[in-house]
Amino acid sequence: MFKSQALPEYRATIDTDKCIRCKRCIQNCGWSVYSWGGDRVQIETSKCVSCLRCYHYCPTEAIEILKEETTYKPNAYWSYNHIRNIKRQAETGGIPLMGMGSDREGIILFDHLLLDACQVTNPSIDPLREPMELQTYLGKKPSKLEFKHDKKTGKRKLTTKMPPNLKLTAPIIFSPMSYGSISLNAQKVLARTAKECGILMNTGEGGLHEDLKPYTSNIIVQVASGRFGVNPEYLNAGVAVEIKIGQGAKPGIGGHLPGEKIPLEVAKTRMIPVGTDALSPAPQHDIYSIEDLRQLIYALKEATNYKPVSVKIATVHNVAAIASGIVRAGADIVYLDGFRGGTGAAPGIIRDHLGIPIEHALAAVDDRLRQEGIRNEASIIAAGGIRSAADAAKAIALGADAVAIGSAALQTMGCTMCGKCYTGNCSWGITTQRPELTARLDPEVYAVRLSNLIRAWVHELMEVLGALGVNAIESLRGSRERLRGIGLDAQTLDILGVKPVGR
Amino acid sequence: MNHDFQKDIAGCGLTGLISKKRNRVSGGIIAKSLTLMNDRGNGLGAGYAAYGIYPDFADFYAFHIMYDAQSARFSVEEYIKENFHVEKIEEIPTSPVPEIAINPLLVRYFISPLKEKITGPEGEEDFVVNAIMKINSEIDAAYVFSSGKNMGAFKGVGNPSVIAEFFRLEEYEGHIWTAHTRFPTNTPGWWGGAHPFTLLDWSIVHNGEISSYGINKRYLEMFGYKLSLLTDTEVVAYLFDLLIRRHGLDVETACTILAAPFWKDIDDMDPDEKEAVTALRQTYSSALLNGPFSLLFGHKNGLVGINDRIKLRPLVAATHNDMVYMASEESAIREICPEPDTVWAPRAGEPVIVTLDD
Amino acid sequence: MFEIDAKGKHFRDLNAEVREAVDKGEKEISLKNVNGQYYIATGLCGKLDITVEGVPGNDLSAFMDGPTVTIKSNAQDNIANTMNAGKIIIHGNAGDVLGYGMRGGKLHIRGDVGYRVGIHMKGAKRQSSTIIAGGTAGDFFGEYMAGGVLILLGLDSEENAPIVGDYLGTGMHGGAIYIRGPVEQKYCGAEVGVMETNEEDAKILKKLLKEYCEDLDLDLDMVMSRPFKKLIPVSSRPYGNLYSY
Repeated sequence: MFKSQALPEYRATIDTDKCIRCKRCIQNCGWSVYSWGGDRVQIETSKCVSCLRCYHYCPTEAIEILKEETTYKPNAYWSYNHIRNIKRQAETGGIPLMGMGSDREGIILFDHLLLDACQVTNPSIDPLREPMELQTYLGKKPSKLEFKHDKKTGKRKLTTKMPPNLKLTAPIIFSPMSYGSISLNAQKVLARTAKECGILMNTGEGGLHEDLKPYTSNIIVQVASGRFGVNPEYLNAGVAVEIKIGQGAKPGIGGHLPGEKIPLEVAKTRMIPVGTDALSPAPQHDIYSIEDLRQLIYALKEATNYKPVSVKIATVHNVAAIASGIVRAGADIVYLDGFRGGTGAAPGIIRDHLGIPIEHALAAVDDRLRQEGIRNEASIIAAGGIRSAADAAKAIALGADAVAIGSAALQTMGCTMCGKCYTGNCSWGITTQRPELTARLDPEVYAVRLSNLIRAWVHELMEVLGALGVNAIESLRGSRERLRGIGLDAQTLDILGVKPVGR
Repeated sequence: MNHDFQKDIAGCGLTGLISKKRNRVSGGIIAKSLTLMNDRGNGLGAGYAAYGIYPDFADFYAFHIMYDAQSARFSVEEYIKENFHVEKIEEIPTSPVPEIAINPLLVRYFISPLKEKITGPEGEEDFVVNAIMKINSEIDAAYVFSSGKNMGAFKGVGNPSVIAEFFRLEEYEGHIWTAHTRFPTNTPGWWGGAHPFTLLDWSIVHNGEISSYGINKRYLEMFGYKLSLLTDTEVVAYLFDLLIRRHGLDVETACTILAAPFWKDIDDMDPDEKEAVTALRQTYSSALLNGPFSLLFGHKNGLVGINDRIKLRPLVAATHNDMVYMASEESAIREICPEPDTVWAPRAGEPVIVTLDD
Repeated sequence: MFEIDAKGKHFRDLNAEVREAVDKGEKEISLKNVNGQYYIATGLCGKLDITVEGVPGNDLSAFMDGPTVTIKSNAQDNIANTMNAGKIIIHGNAGDVLGYGMRGGKLHIRGDVGYRVGIHMKGAKRQSSTIIAGGTAGDFFGEYMAGGVLILLGLDSEENAPIVGDYLGTGMHGGAIYIRGPVEQKYCGAEVGVMETNEEDAKILKKLLKEYCEDLDLDLDMVMSRPFKKLIPVSSRPYGNLYSY
């Protein structure tokens, strides 16, 4: 058999003294690392991706997954990944694929931003004992309101017609992940949690499965270049429609869900034949310019009797001008997906070298919309690498109305960021359609875990607001005065609109 | 973007009065009330605003300008004469007081915009506001600290009685007065930093700190306001200007925006009010004043007192005949009105709105 | 009775005079023409009777340990801050943040009180604190309450009219609140249970209110004529699930 020169990354080991030959590891591994050798478990370690499913399900703690110590000669310039990719490309002539967001080293701005707290001159507020509001509305707001007053009672009555808005109990939503890229059970976890927590999930571009219909008041439906599963019923099923232009992990390129990952249910939901490839073209071929976007936005508004329309873009160099155009084209929500944004599959070269981080992009977009006096015309969702409530708080302080999380949500379902989503072998039943794997992901059980995460982040955000001495999320939103940068150069600080620590 | 500023923070005491029948009250009275709360300030800032003090020039904008350099006066006056009819220029009368060693040059102007200078869609008041923004942000060492008609602000570095004596306050008579003593913890040496903050006939005195200053400032900048005064109180004056003058909202609605009801209480409101307040919170979320505050807002038609929505700063109100008093402490009211008809503490976020009789 | 005229005096001078009188052995001190002076009776210890005419300033009787202070008019904010023992009788209204961290002693107010009254007041077997307010109260009544007894009477309100604000007893983890009027659960903190009073409660109330009525010349039967609701914390650790391992 051909033996790859690309070094294995992990070493799966079993302590034979502890092993009771229960074969759970064999059942659990989606990558066929383990097989039965008659009297003991055999290990094919080069297949191991360190998803840790076997580790968690081994009843005797006999399994350890180690980093493979055999490595190329260390070289400060030619990194392990450079050499390993060349071996892979030499062997296949193909593009190395990656799952999840870019793990490239380099400055992470969120980690260089620090939030403020109150001492003496203004009081902190106790979030456990006093009111603390995270309620958020996504959508267009008028720039001003008009009222008429009852002549007799003097009571005011709103005369301005309010554009439709999406009500969230907290400024956190789930990022779009399609049925096909993730399992139906994974989507059900997102949908149940969205409903339970009063937030939103997003279908991604894979259509809306029947089973998600009870949750549609917490669902945004997506329209992307492949137009999978899109018909009038679909467009009207959710609370809003999202046009996906691009994705942070792969700006400017399309997608390709291979036919072997299109079983009957996925095919039905996407409205395509079983076993055919599901191709998402790189651009939306009805959008070659900004006026075309406007045309599609209004086509969707007409088709939905004017539900809010979100436009999702990858953050690229000229993001501020693009976002301004999107807002002027009539979008109610601008969804910014940053450089670290997640994916099921992206060419490594694209994922790790195109686009800009969400922190810069968000700051630039929020500034630009304010300079143009149109910040009220659309809400901004920041996504692409939100790892914690701290990141969320910092993104909101930079100007986001809400953040979207994908990877963090999947981690509550068992995901360990092994990054092999594109293989379709996910042992946790998330990024796979293999029935024996997806069956493991019980939506009821995992919705509890995901709801716990949201609740925990909500509490954390409240603690931050309390320390900042404000009791409503809108008093943090865009309040960059409450951020300081540490270890950042003057130009970066200027782009972020924050002062350095100590000033 | 202007983010490289140093923000001022301060604690404070405030007091105010209004005669609904427009009976004019001497500045000595309000100074007496304020002086009682000396210990709420630290002697590094006090000020007063009065309405009805310039009846002879009631049709002219009364610009009070402080100059730290004579050259600034030349530039400002050149600009004013180019754009305004000047009815009168005079130095603001002051008395020497030992506690004030150095003071800026203080000059007042009774002026009206030249009609031919007002072009385009903006009105006269926008023109005046733009002129103030221009002087304050573009001419070094000059600061317009009062600009309304038939009203004026008097403020500086010193404790309440010193500032009152310096500005010869007992010589002015007004039907609305507000006053403020300050406990600044930053940039204490600047006269412009004292309260009240004014714009046209809006004046604000404020106790507490606006914890939402950062976003309030950026929101106002979207509407062309230039925040040059390094203090959070400035945003309050401009927010009232934006909401009432430019957006045409009534005083009560402006107060609903600044100290908004909680969502859980909005849920219990009748449908019309729920719709109205929900829309206000959605549309004006960046104008919510968050953090501890009590403030008095004076304008040509009345006086408003309000505190934050969880009442982190005190406010007491009292009435006596046609007079309404509001202050940080009841004793400050009793100092000038020993036997009020009623005394009460307004609830959190609930404005006390007093309007002059017609 | 030792008299001090407070008219126009700065609090430092006035309070120094009071301390001087106390040092000389005066047990009954009357302060006339008070208006706004801070810190009256603050830090004073032992058996003393201090009468105040006029509105005293903030931080009246802070850290006080023993004296009885009688205010004949309204009073301002931060009364009985971290008070240890003694009694304060106020014939008028009082302001915000009363009895903050009060460990012992009594605060008897005839009229209305402001926000955050009885905040983090404490009580144990040997030493306990009591606040009784005769009128209405603002929000956050009994916030963080850890012990002692907090009573609100609504004497000037119609029966069944609300007499207390929102966030009642929020953060309460000890002690008891008695409200002589309606209490809606939705305006209570999450930790608070609302219940009817029993005979034991009636005994406690009678004992405490008897003294209150004597101090303020009120009729005990009239005060006891309406039913009380009792509020106690339903969990002494309401935040157990808040933190991760």
